[in-house]
This record gives sequence, structure tokens and C-alpha cells, in this order.
Amino acid sequence: MKFKIILFLGLVMLAIISACQSESQLEFARYYSAGSLVYQTKCQNCHGKNGEGLLSMIPPLTDTAYLKNNRKMLACLVLNGLRGKYVLVGKPFEGNMPPSGLNQVDIANVLTFVGNSFGNKMGTISIEEVGNNLSNCK
Amino acid sequence: MKKLSLGKYGILLLVLISACKFNGNRVLPILGERSTVTRVVDGKTSIDTIYKTIPAFKYINQYGDSISNKNLDGNIYVADFFFTTCPSICPVMARNMLNVYNTYKSAGDVKILSYTIDPQHDSVPILKKYADKLNVAGNMWWFLQGHKDQTYLLGKSYLVSIAEKNPAGEYIHDGYFILVDKQKRIRGMYMGTKAEEVAKLIEDIKYLKAEYDTPAAK
Repeated sequence: MKFKIILFLGLVMLAIISACQSESQLEFARYYSAGSLVYQTKCQNCHGKNGEGLLSMIPPLTDTAYLKNNRKMLACLVLNGLRGKYVLVGKPFEGNMPPSGLNQVDIANVLTFVGNSFGNKMGTISIEEVGNNLSNCK
Repeated sequence: MKKLSLGKYGILLLVLISACKFNGNRVLPILGERSTVTRVVDGKTSIDTIYKTIPAFKYINQYGDSISNKNLDGNIYVADFFFTTCPSICPVMARNMLNVYNTYKSAGDVKILSYTIDPQHDSVPILKKYADKLNVAGNMWWFLQGHKDQTYLLGKSYLVSIAEKNPAGEYIHDGYFILVDKQKRIRGMYMGTKAEEVAKLIEDIKYLKAEYDTPAAK
């Protein structure tokens, strides 16, 4: 009898955990699909269909390590654009990315899309996370 | 803007329909307005068609060399209008034009002309830097700087529309790639932002080259 109760409770726990998981998966899917639309309209012209960039003119979005290490900067970068010189995938670039004019929600969407495409695996970049990072823009 | 391009599509469609197939080679239409002249030779009256051609021009390329329409003699070429700081459609145009460049860079009789519509900013060194960033070398693809007024006028000859900066500081220009034959006649227009249209351009250059390779054709 005791065993049965434990088994039952265990099953309930499992169900709750998997429900939670699918809830966060759903959330991820929402961010990701909305972000893919933002990407197509706002980013793809320059960064390309596969995030490949354009030779030495426009940096690719495939530098997984760079995105990971600069996760906290990404929201500001999307919002304000980029000027100046920097090095990506071992290549020098001269920045001239225009400000995107995107709102916090769309920044979170597009970052979740880019952060989980083109070889990147960064998980959900939520609206809250974006909000926090935006308050620290330089 | 929208009306204009719709009209252009209409014209394109018409000429596409009227274009015929010959020996498996597509014969490209001749675009633009045309007029006729009546000639009397040996008492016989004949009517000749005068096709629209690209007028003479003089520009400076990314190497600082002077380039005129004479430098295009004996060449098929593709023209487009752009500016180096263009944030919207130019990168995708450049990406697609690179396919044309890479396909025909050693052909010898195919060239690409990219006219800047912002000559004040796009100086020779800036154009050179732009070419370098695209790994464009040699004399197949020229980035041309000239007088703004002349470029705007020339744009009309190429059947494209260019307008002055809007309040947001952007130039409005359509992204057509214009295919010009060795007689300086326009033989095709392709939306440079669309990979599938540019693929067709690359195909059409092959047909246009074939016109000059076969002795029977003129």
C-alpha cells in the first residue's frame, strides 16, 4: 500500500516536471518563431539567410563563442547598433550597424532566434533578461 | 514608386511573352522606347528601328581611373546603383552581384558597373575599401563615382528610379540589375534583392554571350 502511494506520488511529480518542461519548451518556441520573423525583416538582408554575413563587410552570426561570452551585451548591440572596429572570427571588421529600433519584446525574440540558430545554443533569452541587460547599455 | 515598378513588371512580362525561342537559345528582348526611321535606298523605302541605348558617360572607378562608355566597348555589362552606407537593400544586392562576379570574372567580355548615388561620401578610397571588403579585385567590377546630377540622369536611361535622401537620411533607389549588350541596349532587368532573379540574370548573360559567339546572329 505504502509502495503504491509512493509510486503514485512519484508519477504525479514526473507529470508536473514534464508539464513544466513543456511549458518552458512552449515559451522557447514562441520566442524562437517570433524571432525568426524579426530576423527576416530586420537582419537577414545584411547578415544573410544562414547568418553567414558578407565576406569582410558584414560579420557572421556564427561565432558561437563570441555570442556566448558577450551574452549580456547583445541586447544593447541590437538596440543601438555598432560603430567602430572590432574582431570577430579572427577577422577585423569596421562597425556600421544601424540601430534597430526594436522594442524589448522583439529584441528578446530575435536574440532567442539567433542564439539558437547558425550553430548557437544559448537557450531562451527572455524579455526579463533583455530588460536587465538594456538597463546597463553604455 | 509602387506604380512604377508594377508598370515595369508589366513591360517585362510583355517582352517576356513576346520573346521567342530559337535553336534552344533564348533570344533576349530589347527594352526601352524605340523609334523608326524611314530610309530610301536605290529608290526602295525601308523602315529601320532605332533602339534605345545608354548614352555616353564619364566616371572615376575605385582605382582612380577615368572610365567612360568607351571602356565598355566590346563588353556585355551589368549595371546597378548603390551607395556604400546603404543599410537596407545594398548588402543583399552585393551578395547577389557577387554571384554574377564569380561566374563571369574570367569571361573577358563581361563587366559590372556599380554607380554610387552618394558621390559626396563615396570617394575613390571608400569605393576601393568597399571593393576590398567584397574581395573584388581586377577590372571586371568597377565601382563608379561621378557627378550626382549626371548619375540621376543616367539612372533614367537605365530605366531605374533614384530619388534624393528622405527625411530619415536614406536614399530611395530601386534595386534593379540592368543587363546591357555590346551595342549598349538594355536586354534585361532583374531585381537585385532576389536571388532567383539574379540566377536568371546569370543564365541570360550566357544567352547574350551566345548571340555574339554565333556568326549568323547579329
